[in-house]
Amino acid sequence: MGEFKVHRVRFFDYMPTAIRAMAFNAHTERLALARMDGSVEIFNFTDHYFQEKVIPGKDSRSIESLCWVGGRLFSAGLNGEIAEYDLENLRPKYSLEAYGGPIWTIISNTQGTQLAIGCEDGTVKLFEVLEEHIQFERNLDRQKGRIISLSWHPSGTHIAAGMMDMIRVFDVPTGHAVQRLLVDRGFGGSKSRETVVWSVAFLSDHTVVSGDSAGKVQVWDGHTGTLVKTHLVTKWDVLALSVSKDESSVVAGTSEGTVIQFQFIAPTLHQQQDKEWVRTRTFKNHTHDVRALAEIETAIVSGGMDTHLVVRPLLEKFDEKSHASGLRKIHFPHVIANNINLSCAKKAGLLLFQFPGQLELWRLGDSDEHGKPGDRLPLKRKPEKLLLLKRKGEDHICCSALSSCGGWLAYSTVSSVRIYRLQTDNNNISITKVSKLPKALHSAHQLCFSSDSSKMFAASSQSSVLVIALTQSECKYVHTLKPKSGSRQPIHLMTTSGDGKWLAAANSDCEIHVYNLQKLKLHCIVPVYGSCPSAMGIHPTTNNMTVVHADQQLFEYSIVEKQYTDWSRKLQKQGLHNVWLDRDTPVTHVTFNSKNPNQVVLHDMHMFCIIDQMFIHPCPCHNGLIGFSGLFYNQMTLRSLSEQERPSHLHAFKICKTFQVSLLFLASLLDDQSLVVVERPLLAITSQLPAPVRQKKFAT
Amino acid sequence: KLDPLPLCLPHVKIKVPQKFLLCASGESVKVYSSSSEECVHDLQGHTDLVSGIVRNPSNHLQVYSCSADGTVRLWDFTDGILIKVQPHSLPRSFAIAASFFALCTVLVKLFQLVAVHLPLSGDQEVEARELSAVLCDVSPSGAASFGRKVRVVGLPGTSVANKFFLKSGNKKGAKNAFTCVSCHPKEDCIATGHEDGKIRLWRNFNQKKEYTYSTLHWHHGAVNTLQFTPEGTNLLSGGIESVLVQWHYTQENQKDFLPRLGGAITHIAVSPDGSLFCTSHSDNKITIIQSCVKVSAIIQGLVKGEGVRTDLTIDPRSKALVLNGKPGHLQFYSLHRDKLLYNLDIVQQEYIHEEGLDQFEVVKAAFDTRGNWLATVEERTQKGSELEINLKLWAYDEQTQSFMLNTTVTAPHEDQITAMCFSPSPETTMLVTISFDGHFKAWLLADHSDTKAEGACWSCDFVGGYHHLKPGCCCFSADGSLLAVGFQEVVTVWSPSWELLTTLSQPPGAIRDLCFGRLSCSKYLLGTSTKNQLCCWNLLTCSLEWSTPVDVSLLQADPLSENMAAFCSQSGCSDLFVFKPGEPRPLYSQKALCTGKVQRAVFAPRDQMLESCEEHAQWLNRSQLYFFTQHMDLMTFSTKTEEDRLLASSKRLMVDDSVAVTPFYLLLGKHRQQQEALTNPMAERIQLPQGSIAIKELLYTPAHVLPSASFLCSMFVRSLLISSSSAR
Repeated sequence: MGEFKVHRVRFFDYMPTAIRAMAFNAHTERLALARMDGSVEIFNFTDHYFQEKVIPGKDSRSIESLCWVGGRLFSAGLNGEIAEYDLENLRPKYSLEAYGGPIWTIISNTQGTQLAIGCEDGTVKLFEVLEEHIQFERNLDRQKGRIISLSWHPSGTHIAAGMMDMIRVFDVPTGHAVQRLLVDRGFGGSKSRETVVWSVAFLSDHTVVSGDSAGKVQVWDGHTGTLVKTHLVTKWDVLALSVSKDESSVVAGTSEGTVIQFQFIAPTLHQQQDKEWVRTRTFKNHTHDVRALAEIETAIVSGGMDTHLVVRPLLEKFDEKSHASGLRKIHFPHVIANNINLSCAKKAGLLLFQFPGQLELWRLGDSDEHGKPGDRLPLKRKPEKLLLLKRKGEDHICCSALSSCGGWLAYSTVSSVRIYRLQTDNNNISITKVSKLPKALHSAHQLCFSSDSSKMFAASSQSSVLVIALTQSECKYVHTLKPKSGSRQPIHLMTTSGDGKWLAAANSDCEIHVYNLQKLKLHCIVPVYGSCPSAMGIHPTTNNMTVVHADQQLFEYSIVEKQYTDWSRKLQKQGLHNVWLDRDTPVTHVTFNSKNPNQVVLHDMHMFCIIDQMFIHPCPCHNGLIGFSGLFYNQMTLRSLSEQERPSHLHAFKICKTFQVSLLFLASLLDDQSLVVVERPLLAITSQLPAPVRQKKFAT
Repeated sequence: KLDPLPLCLPHVKIKVPQKFLLCASGESVKVYSSSSEECVHDLQGHTDLVSGIVRNPSNHLQVYSCSADGTVRLWDFTDGILIKVQPHSLPRSFAIAASFFALCTVLVKLFQLVAVHLPLSGDQEVEARELSAVLCDVSPSGAASFGRKVRVVGLPGTSVANKFFLKSGNKKGAKNAFTCVSCHPKEDCIATGHEDGKIRLWRNFNQKKEYTYSTLHWHHGAVNTLQFTPEGTNLLSGGIESVLVQWHYTQENQKDFLPRLGGAITHIAVSPDGSLFCTSHSDNKITIIQSCVKVSAIIQGLVKGEGVRTDLTIDPRSKALVLNGKPGHLQFYSLHRDKLLYNLDIVQQEYIHEEGLDQFEVVKAAFDTRGNWLATVEERTQKGSELEINLKLWAYDEQTQSFMLNTTVTAPHEDQITAMCFSPSPETTMLVTISFDGHFKAWLLADHSDTKAEGACWSCDFVGGYHHLKPGCCCFSADGSLLAVGFQEVVTVWSPSWELLTTLSQPPGAIRDLCFGRLSCSKYLLGTSTKNQLCCWNLLTCSLEWSTPVDVSLLQADPLSENMAAFCSQSGCSDLFVFKPGEPRPLYSQKALCTGKVQRAVFAPRDQMLESCEEHAQWLNRSQLYFFTQHMDLMTFSTKTEEDRLLASSKRLMVDDSVAVTPFYLLLGKHRQQQEALTNPMAERIQLPQGSIAIKELLYTPAHVLPSASFLCSMFVRSLLISSSSAR
């Protein structure tokens, strides 16, 4: 595998924020997810749950609810505004004051013509969805008390509204409340407290399902306003409800962290008419409140205070055990790990950490000693924090970059880009802001410096890349590189070659454009593969580009010859090993070993891998064999074999799973053959979460 | 003819048809009256373990039973009559469950699950038999951890009576293997119990791949049994916790408990009207519960614990067999009435129903000759800590008719007590205990006249040893004048004044058992050694009289005669020899008595001496020999005359089925019959012409199509008249 001096960086105290709301678009199979800090993430469920886009948050924005109308995404929050998002430029398109106080919920009708919001002042406001805008239409009858939750009947004629202690059913054409369903309060001490109807669901047979703060899931008849069935599921709150598309199943998320499924089942085979709602399965994948839920065709997606997004497949919907039927927990957004909130100055040994509100610059520790593999080396110089840079304005930082010489630092929010000149001599560090920036550079999705730090590249709207020349005194706009395809999707990956000749940029349409930087023009387009690229890197000597996609496929593309390399073709012909393909998290970073040009260093959130192109690839034909995964991860067995036997067991993938209990953010090879590994133990994250609700555990 | 007669077998399955409780017990099915707890019938006929009982749905007085011998039998359980035997053509088949909604038996044959379809037709002679292999490659449940478990489910109302679900037994190391299954009587719902204590309710399994389940969790150990009530409103479950849990169907949050039922619950049965529940327990007990609130009756067999660690002893007063019973108890079991008398709490601590806990166990018990004193030893071994031993002495209290604790000695020895016996001499009350710590101790009942309030209590009188060797066994001679203690290879003989009289030894091999001869043979001392030696020493000459090379695992002396019983283990079987120490030839021998080693045996004195004329059965005249086989079955020897008597009594038990058979009824019924016979001895009942067409017409025609009563009356009366020709 090769031996490296490893910097295990554990001072990156990144803390993700809780999931607040979720909306699934069944048409495009995209999941929109809102976090507490106001950021919105888009996951593509057709492409291995890949996190495609992140819209950074803003201080004053809080999102309570999300809603898709066709391909458009709307949010509403406690600041009383409705916002629509520009998913191409990853920013809010506009926001609209609703004049009803804080907004608790936003929904759309199935036709996609109207939006309804529930406000603190007790009004349900209807908005008309126009081509480019939304317009206030009218209020429904104003109620006493806030509107917490809303659900539109599929026909569009009625709306159920969850309030304090009651549920109201509105007739939409007239705007009058037609039903008043009183919800019981909890028992004992909670009797004096109002019951909050956290969530309602209106089914097409006029059944209303409600979940409330007394821990009940209740089924009502919407025609007569009578209670059909009460399921007491928890002592705490039922926070979220979600209905499956065929309305045969409802899931409820509780404060205990459980997700409880209810199904509409006939008691026997012959009595299909008198179906009833029966509590069935309980899933416990969270430790804290489940705030957001979505039941999609084959899985239940849940998220909450413990910041995890969990996709729990419904096993009965699968024919056999496959990749899709495994439980997956998406711990943290992986795009964030994708070199966006971390940069490493390879020459200077500096690390830049990006937080939503600030940037931190660290210098790595140093050691002269040498030791055996596995030893901990004593540090000559401790790692130190050189700089803490707070952002200006309300918008959160969306990307940042540090040049490899360590002399330049840049970050961008949705509204502005800032570039700083850094000077470090021994222990003194000085930072100067580059005052005059080109006008074209107003925001960037991605920032990147060329390897000689003479140029900076900023990914701009419509997949274009701005080239900025950097000199000691000023920075100057040079050119805008535009793709031929006319894609409007944002660039999420950018990398330059070591010789400064090539720039590769990947966008959410799965296109990878390679630009010639000397001619400042498009060189070629890598053949489009069906899955989004999750990481890429250009080899410093051969200028071959290694691309890893969200479905774990691996390609090597020769930029000079404009075709896949032989190694890549051979690999595709043979197929990748199942153990490799079944991994949950996509590869987030690709780097190369300058000493050994055959070695490619990859990592995802949980493992670290070196691919040696000299060796044979493990054959996928052994798939069925039990214990072959052990053969795939064979570094430990290799060590125990004798020198003669070893070559026969060698293969190209060398995987290190030391980092299974922590999250790996960055593994990068410095110029002096030392490896920087930035990790964050999962335990450190869970220990910072607030205490979960108290539960009696057996035998405690 | 002498035959081993099994008294108690562990396997219990139960079924409650209203007034009677049917229970599969070993190779027979026992019928109990649910009100009087009496065993009414013993349906015998199967030749292997009975694995299931089910009522005949078309006739509620009949019951089917299936057995590992591959047959299904139909019984009339009220009369105890075998009606029909349905053999299976499959040899070595093993019927595991029977479900009679479509009259279907499921058999496991050579790891194949086979469903035998018996169409329900009125005609008993013609039987179309359909045989279909449902599933191959099935390992018997619980055999292998990797094996896939099969749930066999009979569904009411569906033509296909069986549905199978396969689920890998070890999913992510979770212990979710299936342990039991029950079907909802009305809805399509199956409840399964799992090893990790969870109960899953499966629904919607008719639609392909749309099955769903909900989970109930209360049990901390494996769920042993599940049963829906006949209306389907409740689900009953039980496990090692010995708590009967009643779950309300559809409102699973609500559950009722009936705790402290005794041993772990192994089976639950519910009567057809749902008024009676019945649980069988691992300690050979059946509890009858009235509507989940009140225990109304307990049918207790010989309490079967984890293993019997005490020797079998006979209580001289009640002539009951005394051995380990409930955990921490001694049970007194009347052999003559085949009934448990009572349990004596020795440990006097709460028993916790959980696996893997080290709790006090009674390991030794001994009575003195008159039954005034009982000595018990209890011990507890905890991992990483010292052995805890208590010696307790119990005095018989005439007033309460039971044993009262007199003295407790904590840590009487430093190591395990290996043997204990009372001195039989009438002058002193002395107990000798020997232990692995190399000592034997004599305990005397000391009268402290100065402390009047205390009364008599026990104290240590003498501590003896021999060259720091570990003693293994001890024995008093019949008059109490000699004590023999075996120290490994050496037998030491002590006088009552604790003088070492002599030592005897016959190396090699440590002494395993010691026994003094009785009556005319009291000059002999017999000993067995681990190196396959049976030696007989003459105490007058202090020399070896004879020895023979047999591997004697157990030596037992009959207290009422000179006879000795020796159980020898030979090639996996046990042989029995009965001999007199003075005579060279054995009185009786039986080869291959049972498989495995015989662990415990005892001679129980008879109430009345038998006058047996057969020569080889004369050793059974004074006392009866009981022994435990390796499978913890209690066996005994009976003579031919006894067997005849048993047969006669079982015939006498067959009585009118309209009244529950209670002892009171037996008494009264006999009395009434006699009376009847006295009052009109000559009365004969005239057979009514029941087959008459007119009566049939009157009784079986639906009421709304009947002609008027006046028309029928004359016809009916005429039919009752006896025609002149037949009268003559």
